[in-house]
Amino acid sequence: MKELLILGAGTSGTMMVNHLRKALPKKEWNLTIVDQEETHYYQPGFLFLPFDLYKTKDVKKKIEKFIPKGVNLIQEKIDRIDKGNDNVILKNKDILKYDILIIATGTNIAPQEIEGMLGEHWYKSVFDFYTYEGAKNLRNKLRTWEGGKLVVHISEMPIKCPVAPLEFAFLADSYFINKGMRDKVDITFVTPMSGAFTKPKATEALNYLLEQKNIKVIPDFNIERVDGENKKIIDYAEEEIEYDLLVTVPTNMGDEMIERSGFGDELNYVPTDKNTLQSTVKDNIFAIGDATNLPASKAGSVAHFEAEILTENIKRYIEGKELKKEFDGHSNCFIETGHGKALLIDFNYTQEPVKGTFPFPGIGPLSLLKETHMNHMGKLAFKWIYWNMLIKGKHIPFVSAKMDTAGKQIEETIN
Amino acid sequence: MVIEKTYGELCVTCNEQGYLTDLSQWTKEVGAEIAKEEGIEMTDRHWEVINYLQDQCRKEVPLSIRKVGKSGIVSIKEFYQLFPKGPLKISSRIAGIPKPVSCI
Repeated sequence: MKELLILGAGTSGTMMVNHLRKALPKKEWNLTIVDQEETHYYQPGFLFLPFDLYKTKDVKKKIEKFIPKGVNLIQEKIDRIDKGNDNVILKNKDILKYDILIIATGTNIAPQEIEGMLGEHWYKSVFDFYTYEGAKNLRNKLRTWEGGKLVVHISEMPIKCPVAPLEFAFLADSYFINKGMRDKVDITFVTPMSGAFTKPKATEALNYLLEQKNIKVIPDFNIERVDGENKKIIDYAEEEIEYDLLVTVPTNMGDEMIERSGFGDELNYVPTDKNTLQSTVKDNIFAIGDATNLPASKAGSVAHFEAEILTENIKRYIEGKELKKEFDGHSNCFIETGHGKALLIDFNYTQEPVKGTFPFPGIGPLSLLKETHMNHMGKLAFKWIYWNMLIKGKHIPFVSAKMDTAGKQIEETIN
Repeated sequence: MVIEKTYGELCVTCNEQGYLTDLSQWTKEVGAEIAKEEGIEMTDRHWEVINYLQDQCRKEVPLSIRKVGKSGIVSIKEFYQLFPKGPLKISSRIAGIPKPVSCI
């Protein structure tokens, strides 16, 4: 028997185990998946939880529900990968031997990377919403918050779901209007990038949203430290921003296990070929989703498109065939803009988001780079698709792994 | 939109924000002229950082302030002193590499 081992049973790992159990003969391949958690979180729901739009039960289910029969699920911490001997050492000292390894350990917040961010003010006046704990604590805070300066902040790039902080600011505007207290809240969006939007077409199409919602943008802010006592964030150029409530996206980093294994970049992401998804660490190690260092968005849709291509490449690797250089960085994201509307963007490594229709060219029903109620319905429907189709590795009709240019208003642009 | 700009005796193509669209057109003279537009007097320390950025760009490694800070070439503090107000944005323009962008 040969062994295929997957590290991480989040979105990517769960999709891969479902794809591969179907693709690989049970008589030849044992499949094992390792994760220290017992809960599978619907991470897109962390955006809605703080505003009481979702309940906690909407965003969590047992991991084991999504692992198919004929797969070993091991719930234990991972110590490290010993790539020289093709095995993985668990925290309980068990050793798992593999012929093929897939790393799907995702990305975590690392608030400890910013001086003063963790500590006595954490989850009192400083919050994240990228974890279940953070989103839930923030919900409790917002329920009783009386207003003041709300600062929505990105510490440094890259982050998971790069548009989520902006969506948070939009939904906050909606939330405080509905509570009849928008006049008591200043919303400021602080980013290390040169603006809330940086791609030309998106800037042109979407800048009005910030004005309409009265959200102030402070660009080029690279945080050095949080002064929790005086409620200020300070950047390397000594610029200071005051807050009453800081909702920050801390530095995002790959799993510490990657660092202990002696590979990974400065943020613990796995060096990965951006078209084949084979790691550059060793031929029998592959990586998927947020755990990779690919210059694509760290998002569930990206992982979904990668999973289809990685499944094909694992089969080719086993058969000794050349790997398909097929992954194009395809990403597809809904962006909630508040008041029951959303945008949709569809793009890849080289094509920036543009206007158009999706998934049927000229028909829709979804509109690209444009606020519609239908897009919002799409985002809500996505929760059902996620739990029932996406992570179970079922093909989502009409949406292909490679980005489709039909239905997009593409002009010739040179970036 | 692509704009042709002349720096000294060389003609290069830039995007509308003044970033070179083709790193192979870059020369040290072009870099120095762009630096002047940004109000920066280049020193050896500046050029060391520029060389590092170009090297990373050729290897297709995405750049971030942290990456530069951990490179061993320059600390984040010094990076700010060398290229005040948006060091990565300004140094990328001088280096002739694309402006760092997010997804939208």
